[in-house]
Amino acid sequence: MLQTLQDIYAVVWVDLRFLSRNLGKTLALTLVAPILYLLAFGYGLGRGANIEGFSYLDFVIPGILALTAMTTSFNTSGLKLHVDRLFFKCFDETLMAPVSAFSIIIGKALIGVVRGLLSSAALLLACLVFSPLPSVSLLFPLSLVLTCFVFSFLGVVIAFLAKTHQDMTLFMSLVVLPMAFLSGTFFSLSQVPETLSIILFLSPLTHACLCLRSSILGQPFPWLSLLILTAFGIVFFVLCFAALKKSSK
Amino acid sequence: MEEAIVTRNLTKKYKDVCAVENLNLSVNSGEIFGFLGPNGAGKTTTIRVLTTLTKPSSGSVWVSGFDVEKEPAKVKKVIGVVQQHLTFDLDLNLRENMELHARLHHIPPNERKQRIAELLEFAGLTKQSEKMVDELSGGMKKAAMIARALIHKPKVLFLDEPTVGLDVQLRRRMWDLIRSLSRNGTTVFLTTHYIEEAEALCQRVGIVHNGHLIALGKPTELRQTVGMITVEILGDGAFTRYEHFANRETATQYVQKLSSPTKSIIIRDSSLEDVFVELTGKKVDEE
Repeated sequence: MLQTLQDIYAVVWVDLRFLSRNLGKTLALTLVAPILYLLAFGYGLGRGANIEGFSYLDFVIPGILALTAMTTSFNTSGLKLHVDRLFFKCFDETLMAPVSAFSIIIGKALIGVVRGLLSSAALLLACLVFSPLPSVSLLFPLSLVLTCFVFSFLGVVIAFLAKTHQDMTLFMSLVVLPMAFLSGTFFSLSQVPETLSIILFLSPLTHACLCLRSSILGQPFPWLSLLILTAFGIVFFVLCFAALKKSSK
Repeated sequence: MEEAIVTRNLTKKYKDVCAVENLNLSVNSGEIFGFLGPNGAGKTTTIRVLTTLTKPSSGSVWVSGFDVEKEPAKVKKVIGVVQQHLTFDLDLNLRENMELHARLHHIPPNERKQRIAELLEFAGLTKQSEKMVDELSGGMKKAAMIARALIHKPKVLFLDEPTVGLDVQLRRRMWDLIRSLSRNGTTVFLTTHYIEEAEALCQRVGIVHNGHLIALGKPTELRQTVGMITVEILGDGAFTRYEHFANRETATQYVQKLSSPTKSIIIRDSSLEDVFVELTGKKVDEE
């Protein structure tokens, strides 16, 4: 048990070293996109609009938060592992060390969680400048951590499966990007036709968004969404093992 | 434990290509074993199987007495691996790369520092320890790879082309290092393109060609199968002809019988390289 914790720390230690050395740069980099969204959609497009009884700005902030948590977690754990495997080729060193697959997967996913949380926290602080958040509940940090884990595990799965850099960018363009924009991040799912909204409920980000939004805006908490999000996390985590096995053929 | 590495009918297929077929090898403890073969012969695939990175399609493999497929964790504890290509995390400096390896191999913190300092000193890289790996020269990187593989004092060391791109001076230091490791009981499994390297270092060598083991034995034994004396006949068109003889007398007789006196002819001891070329039918590096 203790050994497993030490192993997980050893795996994540590398990426923490890099992060601490480049903290400023990394944060600036991950904040650019969400702040642009905030300005363009929150202030530009949606000024004066009301959704579900909230100003559009209040409505969109949790959405952008969910989107940031997702992209940062996915990109961090996924891209770093992808580079380690295919470009630095140093991932073999980890594979040849007496460290379990469990420790490797958790360790590689953790850096995504850490950065996802850091970027979300920074964004949250930036948002407070624009708008005070109505009523944040304890379910908010829970939902945020869960969101980061779900998409970090997804990043790890894809990084194990990607054989080329193009595979990686393809997945990001075809799955991550549409998910970021369509999963109820910028609009309420009650506004879209029913068939489309059913499809959108298949996206884990939709549920992340619902959880984050209600825990920030003080709406009734969507426990079902939390459950579904957890289920996504478990599925991605299990897929990590299968993908790791497949990658070492 | 007499045998450090045993493979029994090891076969590795990639789709319809057979990289290694029915390989039977055993490497003794403390031995320096050379694994030679042309590009694409299956050397690296074999190392990947022996070091748990790739699963064999069929057959069994033991390292230090542990079944590689069934007990990979135990195998990982006793092996040290220097891969052919560089495998550093380029986001870290040299010392951090060493520290990562030490952490992954469960070296306790107090021992970690000392061991890393020792090995950096040994590899002549103490001054470079805080540099990013990419700032090091090619030779330094290679030396660092070997130093890193030794941190956890492996019983079996796999070296895949350890001296490619090294200056001759550094290469000879590497050879001394490999010999001293072997003297202290470490088994060394080495692949190399430089046949003279295998000849200088290895107690035994195996030659693979198209996934098959085609020769196995001490370098001198292998030379005897081809002939201890080689005659090079230069100037036969663009190609040099090589003929092998059991001893100097038969070689001299042959040379005296050659009709054209204008050809330049060299009579010399045969080398492992001659054996290699005879058996694999082409010179290494040609592919």
